Amino acid sequence: MSGSEHGAAVGRGARPLSPHLQVYRLPLTAVMSILHRVTGCALMGGGVALVWWLVAAATGAGAFGFVNWLLTSWIGGLGMIVFGAALMYHLCNGIRHLVWDAGFGYEKPEVAASNKVVLGAAAALTVVLCLYAWLT
Amino acid sequence: MGMITPRARVEGLGSAKSGTDHWWGQRVTAVALAILTPLFLVGFVRMLGRPHEEVLAFYGRPLNALFAALFIAAAFVHLKQGLQVVIEDYVHSPALKTTAFLANTLLTTAFAAAGIFSLAIIALR
Repeated sequence: MSGSEHGAAVGRGARPLSPHLQVYRLPLTAVMSILHRVTGCALMGGGVALVWWLVAAATGAGAFGFVNWLLTSWIGGLGMIVFGAALMYHLCNGIRHLVWDAGFGYEKPEVAASNKVVLGAAAALTVVLCLYAWLT
Repeated sequence: MGMITPRARVEGLGSAKSGTDHWWGQRVTAVALAILTPLFLVGFVRMLGRPHEEVLAFYGRPLNALFAALFIAAAFVHLKQGLQVVIEDYVHSPALKTTAFLANTLLTTAFAAAGIFSLAIIALR
């Protein structure tokens, strides 16, 4: 962080400024933390879509036909892929959160490594999920 | 410390009135979902896009309906807890905050009930 020259300019000594979001390049760890919250909120949409699909299935052939058509149309399919990716990321990063809660993996090099593991696992699981949906 | 009763001291809650229940509840549903998400998705991803009759037959089997119902229950409790923290962090006006809490509770409960009720209708047809 290069906040020291700004700090000197306003006479607060050589202390660094706190991260200013418009000029501070967020570390990958921070971006992934924000992404956990963003995907969590977005998954409310996935939950609503799932419940809509189930209610339609219980209602009858007509209601189901419409939701089924919508969710498997190109825009609905794209939405399902986005929800699938969001769920896989939130799941993988959530498991990392549980490992952190158990008291492991707090050192900076460990976090740098687990960043890569979570991103890799989420990407791989998303591909597997899409292939599974496509092939079955 | 002098003005606190021994019982209040061991409970350790102070004027906050509640402790780590919310935090712990989110971990409990997280562990449940780590198990239930694969169990649910294996069936759901296969059923998405299938004909109506096939979907009804699939969720007509007890285990398939059970995994789906458990997933929906855990997922919407976890969603409610997570969205509550987001509201606490970003919504500061008391009126808006109360409204958002209320909407969060009502919507997540309604969607969970709708999902589980639909599964019950399909399973008990």
